[in-house]
Order: sequence, then C-alpha cells, then structure tokens
Amino acid sequence: MSKIPLQFRHNGRDVAIFVDGGTNLLVALRELIGDMTPKFGCGQGGCGTCSVLIDGELHLSCLTLAETVAGRSIETLDGMKQGPNLHPLQRAFADHFAAQCGYCTPGMLMAAKALLDRNPSPSRDEVIEAISGNICRCTGYEPIINAILAAASGRVSA
Amino acid sequence: MTRHRGRGMASINYPIGMNLGGDPSQALVHSNPSGKFTVALSSIDLGQGMKSVTRQICAETLGVPVEDVYVDTADSDTGPHCMGSFASRGTHRVGNAVMAAAREARGVMMEAAAEELEVNAADLETDGRGNIHVKGAPHRSISTKDVAIAAQFKQGKTISGRGIFLVPLSNVDPETGEMSPATCYAHACLVAEVEVDDETGDVAMVRMDSAYELGRALNPRLVEQQLVGGAWMGVSHALYETPEPYYPDPVHGPRDFVEYLMPGPGDICPHDIAVLERPAPDGPFGAKGPGEMCANPVLPAVANAIFNAVGVRIDDLPITPEKVLRAIKAQGGARPQARR
Repeated sequence: MSKIPLQFRHNGRDVAIFVDGGTNLLVALRELIGDMTPKFGCGQGGCGTCSVLIDGELHLSCLTLAETVAGRSIETLDGMKQGPNLHPLQRAFADHFAAQCGYCTPGMLMAAKALLDRNPSPSRDEVIEAISGNICRCTGYEPIINAILAAASGRVSA
Repeated sequence: MTRHRGRGMASINYPIGMNLGGDPSQALVHSNPSGKFTVALSSIDLGQGMKSVTRQICAETLGVPVEDVYVDTADSDTGPHCMGSFASRGTHRVGNAVMAAAREARGVMMEAAAEELEVNAADLETDGRGNIHVKGAPHRSISTKDVAIAAQFKQGKTISGRGIFLVPLSNVDPETGEMSPATCYAHACLVAEVEVDDETGDVAMVRMDSAYELGRALNPRLVEQQLVGGAWMGVSHALYETPEPYYPDPVHGPRDFVEYLMPGPGDICPHDIAVLERPAPDGPFGAKGPGEMCANPVLPAVANAIFNAVGVRIDDLPITPEKVLRAIKAQGGARPQARR
C-alpha cells in the first residue's frame, strides 16, 4: 500500500510524516511522531484517554483518521507545559491529588483545557459535562472536578 | 412514578495482608556517596502512593530529610522479593520491611559517624535535616553526606541495611478449623443515602458519610485520595460493573470497554469522611492501610439503603435497575421502610 504524505502542526511545530491509508491519529502521534502522551485505552471512543485538541476542539484521536488533520493544528498534553513551568491545570491536578494511576490524566487534562479555553469560569456542572467523555478508575472524579475548578479560579500554587 | 429515599449502613472488619506463606516482603536500603539513600523494592505502586509512603518511612527511620531518599521499585530484577500489591498490605508489610532495612542502615551510618567524630555511636543523634551530632552538643556535628563519603572512601563500609517482614504462618487447626488469617485489622462504617425510582428501578447515589479506622495515617492526603476514589469503586461494584450480568448465563455480557458499565463524573455524590487513627502495634509507625477497605462497606450499605427505600432485598451484584424493578413488581409495589 502506498504511503500518504501528511503535514500538520503538532504543539506549535510543523511536522511531516508518511502514513498508511486508514491510520488513526493516535497511532500517528504515538508511533510516527513519538508523542506518547495521548494514551491508548479502549481504541473505540469509549474512555477518552486519547483526547487531543484539533484546531482547539476536543477530539478522540483513536477515532480520527490521520489524513483528516492535514494542515490543521494538533495540541496534546506534551505541549501543555511552558518550558519548565507546568500549566495551571497540571499544577492544580497535582495539588488536588487528581491523578492516581495516571492513565486517564492526559485525556482529562486535554478535556479540561478545551473547556477552559472557551469558558474560563465554568460552573461545576459545566466541568462535569466537559469531562463526561473521560473515564477514571481510581479517583472517583471528585478531585479532578475540584482541580479544574481551582485552575479556573486561579487558586493554584506557584 | 415516585422516587423513594432510603438510607443504609454497613460496618466492616478488614484484614491487612494475608497469612498464606507468611506474606513476606523484603527491602534493601543503601547510601550513595552523595549522602542520599536508595530503597530497593519490587513492590508495585499502582497510584496508591507506595513510593511516597515507603520514602517517608525510610527517611523517618534513618533520621534524614525525605528529599534525601529515593525509592527504586517495581522491578523484580533489581529489587528484593515482594508478595505483591494486594490485600491492602503495601503500607503495612512493605513499610515494616523498609523500616527494618533503614534501621540496620542507620546503625552503620551512626557507627561511621562515630568514627569520624571520635565518640561512641550511642551518644549520637540525627537532626532530621541531614546532620548527625553528639547529644546535647549540636556543634559536634557531621553531615550525612560527609559520613557517606568517609564510609565509602576512607572506612570501607557500606551504609546499608536489609529488611524483611514475615508473619509466622498460622496453620488451620484440623479439629476446629481455627486459624489467625491476619495480625492486623482495619475498620470502617459507612452510611449511604440513595434515591430509587420505582418506575425504572434506577438507583441514584445521594450522599455518603463514612468513618475509616486505619491505624496511623502516614500521609493524610494520600489516605484521603484512597478513601474518596475507593468508595466510588465500591459504588461502581454495587450498582454498575459486571462482566456477566446474567451469570452463569453469559448473555448480554459486555464485549469491550464501551459496553462495560462504569459511573461517570455526573454520577458522583458528596462523601463526608472521618479518618480515625488508632495506631497498630505491629504497623510501621502504627500504620495499617486503607487499601481495599475503602470500597468494601459501600456495597452492603447501598444494598441496605435500597431495601430502606423500596423494601426489596437484592443480594446479587451489581444491583441493576432491572433487578430492582423485577423485585418491586414481585412484591406488588414499592414498600418504603421506616427511616432511622
């Protein structure tokens, strides 16, 4: 099968790869770009741990054909922190013990970022709705919701 | 259609660890020439905080800052044997092993410091900030780093220690069946409040109030995260999760994670938790362990709350809307019980 050339922006950097037809974005990011922050969970859109932003909008990378992101801008957890500084959401997740095993965390952070980018002061219900496509096994969600609300209100340690 | 409120309670006794084969775990502790310490384990941190809590236990026992201890674990090639992370045994069993190893390493460290300071080791104490000094004479002091360097390059000593924790195997009495399956028990009590819809059989959590007695909480924030998340796993087992909903008939079983039902962030309820600390005599610094016990009282409490709400007794998990509805129909309608 012939390879398809593909160019897009990955966390603010232009990348160019060759993909097989039918390759999903999650595989392209992990295996061809080497960005391991989007996780493979269910592979069928049920758990949310592969969540990434495409042109600022939340998408499940396991259900996105890589070819469809040509020329578009992808954000993953790998691009979230600025240099050595954690993003306020990352800081808040640490402060509020919002991660245990950590497997859902990349997807949770991307879903939270998608929310705060368009709605900087969400209500609790809006936070719950924003992460309702993401499953967490360990935390019981409460610490994650609290962390996102804390980040939104700027209550984050330096 | 009516939504009925109900309240249920459950109390549990939970054994920490098990008795099979004595349930041992080992730990090795050694210093590096930098004066920092490495704890070698093969115990797994699943996110429950094993690395944090063993680091604290080691630092406290050695008498050095927690920043000076590094825990290298989860690899059975490089760490000594551990039975595993299960049965709520991590803090208690592995913690005890780390404590024994750190105590032996501390003995060597104090001997090495005594040689440098030309005093008796029994007259020395640690300040917890990385220094060892003569009791009552803080100016007669040496840093743990300088002790580590002296031991390594001058005295030819390894500042190291070995630790194992093993509960003597308790055999079953052939006459009575009596045995001691565990040496240490934690306790919990949980009150669950639910709302049951008598038309759909749907059960919604309203709130939970609980008290957990788990020995000394070595890291209160980690204990809290275990209790918050673990109780929610209990709710998930009580109301949602099963690979075989019509066991033993395998029909309608989930085929993948999309069909395997788990609660989402919209299904949670407020949970007020009280942590009671009664130090365990055989625990590291009195610790038992929250572990699996976080989830256990939730299941019977929810089942009791459903009975209290609509008068049906479901003894088969998970308590799905279908089971609730069939039971309500079988008894000819919801029969709310007295509220206590």
